[in-house]
Amino acid sequence: MIWETVRLSLRSIRRNVLRSFLTLLGIVIGVAAVIAMLTIGSGTTEKVKADISKLGSNLLVVRSGRPAGPGGPGGLDQVVRPLAEKDLAALVAHLTGARVISPASQKQVRVIFGTESLTSGVTGTDSAYLDARDWKLVSGRPFSDSETRSGTGVCLIGETVRQQFFGSGDPEGEIIRVNRTSCKIVGLLEPKGYTGFGQDQDNVVLMPLHAYQRRIAGNRDIDSIYIAADDRTPTSELQPRVEDILRDARRITPDRESDFAIRDMTQIADAMASATATMTGMLGAVAGVSLLVGGIGIMNIMLVSVTERTREIGIRLAIGAHEKHILIQFLVEATVLSLLGGIIGILIGLAFAGLASVTLTIPFAPNPAVILLAVGFSALIGMVFGFFPALRGARLDPIDALRHE
Amino acid sequence: MASGAHLITFDKVWKSYGQGEAQIHALAGVDLAIKRGEFVAIMGPSGSGKSTALNIIGCLDTPTAGTYSFMGIDAGRLDRNRRAMLRNLYVGFVFQGYNLLARTTAAENVELPLIYRGVAARERRDLAMQALAQVGLVGREHHTPAELSGGQQQRVAIARAIVTRPTLLVADEPTGNLDTARTHEIMELLTKLNKELGLTITMVTHEADVAEYAKRTIRFVDGRVASDTAKLEVAQP
Ligand SMILES: Nc1ncnc2c1ncn2[C@@H]1O[C@H](COP(=O)(O)OP(=O)(O)O)[C@@H](O)[C@H]1O
Ligand SMILES: [Mg+2]
Repeated sequence: MIWETVRLSLRSIRRNVLRSFLTLLGIVIGVAAVIAMLTIGSGTTEKVKADISKLGSNLLVVRSGRPAGPGGPGGLDQVVRPLAEKDLAALVAHLTGARVISPASQKQVRVIFGTESLTSGVTGTDSAYLDARDWKLVSGRPFSDSETRSGTGVCLIGETVRQQFFGSGDPEGEIIRVNRTSCKIVGLLEPKGYTGFGQDQDNVVLMPLHAYQRRIAGNRDIDSIYIAADDRTPTSELQPRVEDILRDARRITPDRESDFAIRDMTQIADAMASATATMTGMLGAVAGVSLLVGGIGIMNIMLVSVTERTREIGIRLAIGAHEKHILIQFLVEATVLSLLGGIIGILIGLAFAGLASVTLTIPFAPNPAVILLAVGFSALIGMVFGFFPALRGARLDPIDALRHE
Repeated sequence: MASGAHLITFDKVWKSYGQGEAQIHALAGVDLAIKRGEFVAIMGPSGSGKSTALNIIGCLDTPTAGTYSFMGIDAGRLDRNRRAMLRNLYVGFVFQGYNLLARTTAAENVELPLIYRGVAARERRDLAMQALAQVGLVGREHHTPAELSGGQQQRVAIARAIVTRPTLLVADEPTGNLDTARTHEIMELLTKLNKELGLTITMVTHEADVAEYAKRTIRFVDGRVASDTAKLEVAQP
């Protein structure tokens, strides 16, 4: 009997293809939104986690307490000293358990080639930086030590910069202008895509620290020092050593607090991952509300359907259908409709998430539990919101129903 | 009155609508008895209560007062679902407007009452084919109502009414939408079913030549039976 009714409802859905489709739309959009959100969200979380483990779970980043961004000389700036060459030298001389120590200073700068221009993240650093960040070159070579020391005008560019200026051509040996200085491209960085937060990691230019300091920053400051621990040393052990050496180098008396911060990238990674997860959950909840709206759409259309088919209900009742037959018929119809919408929505949501994973270069991470839940939830919505219209149909008086035009 | 012998008995049946001053009586104390195998035409002016009486006879409706008994059962006091069961088992309906499901083939329309009886698909199909054959619609099984003429649609409706092998067929102006030729074809079909299957038929009509096919004519006026005449059987030569 139930199977019969399912067939019957499929037939009546097929008979009213356009209306059925419009009915489905709400559910389709709701489910697609939930699935896309959650799938993209868990992809982002995975990406963030991967980014972090790529940063090396063994990476410390030292920054001065100076506020980030282009802050003018304020009261605070006089108190907070930037990191300097001698701090780096002290670490290089005294720190044990570190594999790589690399300085970096950064700024958003206008980069020009021919008539094209692009605002890029320009970093002044040394050749060890690639190792510290675990960045690789697709072609060319890193800066040599002598280039780093003398601050020669050479640079490495990211994929976005290459595409902007050279398309898919070979950028090596070309001269680009960075701010008011020029530099020769010696290598191309491996593409890394976007971060979980939509930042383009390939819109970058690396140049020797001294070149950057002299020609772009106009000072001798170091924004941050990257320290990668060696295989035997956990960052938790390395961190107090770094702190001691730097306090010593910067002559901070024991009664004063450090004027620099040491960040353990592992912790930051965890924090970012949990923030992403929270965000995903919230977006999923918002999308879930749209599912409820879809349910109300189902109810509305089922009411219309019951009204339109009053005569049909009358015929069925006259030839011996019980209330429960009519009730089940419309309930099954609403459930099948809603389930159909759910399945279409899941496919569209997954397609969207797939597309997003390609463009944002995040992993495509469909969650079977979420998909199953979406199937169950859309069926439930059909049943819940289909019940009232179905009951209304079942309670019709056959004589009135037969008279209905 | 030996009501046990009758298929249908009305005992002072009233059907009233509305309250107080505005109350109208569609049926005002009708007494009536119909035996198995009868072919009865119900006639009368518009608004005289013909359809109301027919709906009660078909167990679609219940009296406001009085007793309606069907097959010895006090059908007027049964609940909706029990009356639905009675209809499904013993009553077939034919309406003026055919009342077939649109965009549904003739065979599927005919199968419909069997679905509610829980008959298996294959048996349903066989029974539907037999019923369609009985009404002379072989070869039209897969046509939808839109692809059939009015006369053919009414034949499908009759097939649907008899597919359950009912005891009683109620028809409310079954030829009201048909031309003269089609009207006589349908009436001949009903006559044949009455004769060959012993099907009891109660039919509302306002056309005298349609009523001619019945063996008995009950005339309603203002919710009361005004006359009840059996046709004199013409002696067979
Ligand atoms: N549901 C209803 N509510 C109010 N009045 C009704 C209803 N059904 C029938 N009537 C009235 O009952 C009377 C008899 O109706 P009906 O049996 O349909 O007459 P007819 O002989 O034309 O078939 C009419 O006056 C009609 O208006
Ligand atoms: Mg009438």
